[in-house]
Amino acid sequence: MPRVLGYAEPLSVAPGEEIRFMVGTLDGPRRYRAEVVRVVCGDVAPDALKTVRVPTSIDGEHAGVPQPIHAGSYAVVERPDAFAGLTRFTMHAFIQPTRVPMRPVPQRQVIMGTWAEDRGTGFALLLDEAGALALLLGGRLISLGAPLTARRWYHVAASVDLTARTATLRQAPLAEHTPSLERAIERTLTLDASAQPGAELFLAAARRGIEAGRLATTWHFNGKLDRPALVRRALTSAELAAPGLAIAPEDLLAAWDLGADIDGERVSDRSPNHLHGRTVNAPKRAVTGHNWDGTAMDWRRAPEQYGAIHFHDDDLHDAGWAPSLTTRIPADARSGVYALRLAADGGPDFWVVFYVRPPRRGPRASIAFLASTATYLCYSNYRARMRPGPAELYIGALPTVDTTDLLLMHHPELGGSTYDVHSDGSGVCHVSRRRPLVNVRPTGRLWNLLLDLCLLDWLEAHELPYDVITDDDLHAEGLPLLQDYAVVLTGCHPEYYSREMLDALAAYLGRGGRLMYMGGNGFYWRVSYPASHPGLIEMRRAEDGTRAWVESVGEYYHSSTGEYGGLWRRQGRAPNVLAGVGFVAQGFDRSSYYRRTEAGHDPRARFIFEGIAEDVLGDFGLFGDGAAGLELDAFNTALGSPPWALVVASSENHSNAFQLVNEEMNVSFAGADGQFSAAVRADMVFYEHPAGGAVFSTGSIAYVGSLGHAHHANNISRLTLNVLRRFLDPSPFKPPTSR
Amino acid sequence: MFAIDPGRLDLVREFRERPFGPHSPELQAVLNVLRAARHCQNLLLVCTRPHREWILAEKQPGGLPPRLLTDRVFASLQEAEWHAFRVRWEAVTGQPLPPLDPA
Repeated sequence: MPRVLGYAEPLSVAPGEEIRFMVGTLDGPRRYRAEVVRVVCGDVAPDALKTVRVPTSIDGEHAGVPQPIHAGSYAVVERPDAFAGLTRFTMHAFIQPTRVPMRPVPQRQVIMGTWAEDRGTGFALLLDEAGALALLLGGRLISLGAPLTARRWYHVAASVDLTARTATLRQAPLAEHTPSLERAIERTLTLDASAQPGAELFLAAARRGIEAGRLATTWHFNGKLDRPALVRRALTSAELAAPGLAIAPEDLLAAWDLGADIDGERVSDRSPNHLHGRTVNAPKRAVTGHNWDGTAMDWRRAPEQYGAIHFHDDDLHDAGWAPSLTTRIPADARSGVYALRLAADGGPDFWVVFYVRPPRRGPRASIAFLASTATYLCYSNYRARMRPGPAELYIGALPTVDTTDLLLMHHPELGGSTYDVHSDGSGVCHVSRRRPLVNVRPTGRLWNLLLDLCLLDWLEAHELPYDVITDDDLHAEGLPLLQDYAVVLTGCHPEYYSREMLDALAAYLGRGGRLMYMGGNGFYWRVSYPASHPGLIEMRRAEDGTRAWVESVGEYYHSSTGEYGGLWRRQGRAPNVLAGVGFVAQGFDRSSYYRRTEAGHDPRARFIFEGIAEDVLGDFGLFGDGAAGLELDAFNTALGSPPWALVVASSENHSNAFQLVNEEMNVSFAGADGQFSAAVRADMVFYEHPAGGAVFSTGSIAYVGSLGHAHHANNISRLTLNVLRRFLDPSPFKPPTSR
Repeated sequence: MFAIDPGRLDLVREFRERPFGPHSPELQAVLNVLRAARHCQNLLLVCTRPHREWILAEKQPGGLPPRLLTDRVFASLQEAEWHAFRVRWEAVTGQPLPPLDPA
């Protein structure tokens, strides 16, 4: 495994601009070597890796130090004065624990309180190691001793009277649609402790201490927390049993409304004391609360039913590492995919990938490669294949990882991908680039960036100048980023798209732009970039589609933007509308080939096949010996494919591992695999846009892996070159008039 | 439920010759059983030298790292698939595969 890791800020820089690298070592201080390279071709075959060294001020050897990652989300109220010296008080909240008891290592989970492990002082309402409600105060712990049930809502409370030396604990399951044998439990116990000094108050965590100058937390709560409140007096049993009872404002110390400010980090206190806090590590907001009754699915329509936050002990937004190396990208640097290559003894190199865009002002290439940075991020730190489960049944072969991927299983604090689940089993709907990204690199699994580099290698081989721009740039800047390019090429799998990105591509086509969609399963899921959390992407696997996990019911709307999450296909913007094709099937054992269709002989398509005599195309390639493979898209006018588009070639004879995706099967049926179903295919599509531009789509992720076959002398390479050359020609395309 | 006929060595030969499909429907049925069997579904390959060496590993529950079976080292993915097929065949049918004719 690599012994030195890092990440970059910003992700995309222009020549002459500064970039910072946050570098940290594993297992203690360690010297490492750094160099900046432009990556031309990835490690797709023996000796295929091609990089060009770019001399910078940070080349050479450096002393590396460990930089910890503090994963786990919580909220903190930084008003120690407000919580000092309390002698009579009550903490209460609605909670839905999702990991009780903690396994494999039993651990406490704090609901709320000021407990500070490093000081041994404070108070906290928590779940003990067995998952039972407990109170910790000045080092004394009392527990109800009755473990809670995971994923059931409770009202929990601790009413403390230090002068009477008692505390009353109460846990009461809420009446829900599912029957339960549990009853409310309330006990008044002796508590011999003194009032505690002031400290910051945490929701869903406790303070561990200050480590390397940063606040570290522990005992993270897994689950939902709704309406946590602190009352200035010890509530009576009757009051505890009536959680809806209004408390006089003068008695309220704090009453946090977690349903407010859902799109940001703020946690608002509704008491007169304004004890507002903030969330850390992007817990999931816009989640159903204890009173959600199923009548509203959109948090904006019933905010009072979305008063909860779902915290996880493995949430991560910003690793917060100190910058280790800072340099300026040379003013004459070519636009491209770059990496800071980190080498240390005892493990493979670690690649910190970043992108050099063209100068902000100045000449541009005619061709833009749009790096799928949203998709790379959604797949970043993907560990699902290393967890038990039937992955092999859908892959059709043994899952394969490398030793760098193993880092993720040894260092869970690196956080997961949107294909993973949290430690409590709920789906990961936030991913951040402010942490080491273990699998975004020019080595490893033949997927995403590594495959996309085949396209750059092909452009280089044909001496076609190109610029590299990113999804992140496109989201932020929109059409102006694209408008000067004659042709925009996507990567092989631009799966995750924000509305802003889709709008920009549509507007580009509306101005006569030419789009080459060089992959499969593109424009599929909606994502958003929360303005409040730089570097973060939010996505919700709602309703339909090929899903690594299923979004919780009632939580389909993004917290950051209020947008309805899920497939673009379910939101009136199927990929077919833009690309002419949309996702239909996947399989990961072997690829197949395309066959030129009758429509491929249409005079409108003649330029595509110039110099290509054969009808069978792409029966070779890096992935599974074929150009049609991994994930496949097909033409479908019912989903918006332009009716005048030409399906110039289609793939056939896919393996049994290829299955129709579930959104293509309203009722499940037999014979849906590549050996039985003609619907399992990639369609290669060309259409002229009414604005004078055009779209060419390959409909297959594996396609770009065929470009380099036989030193780029093959029919896939020739066909792609034919399309690109015509797309570079400014003569407008004209759609047929009679279709 | 479908059960593997341990006498169908023709399907074994088919797999050895073409581990990555397309497969005949009968071989696919065999693979479905072998890959879904609870006691054999957690195999994983860890590439230790790019393009040259893979080690078999077993995925572990509870978020733990895979256990590397360091005596199971392969020079190709095909070799690894063939090994996994053989050990699963024996685990599921209770019978080791007899030596096959040379491919």
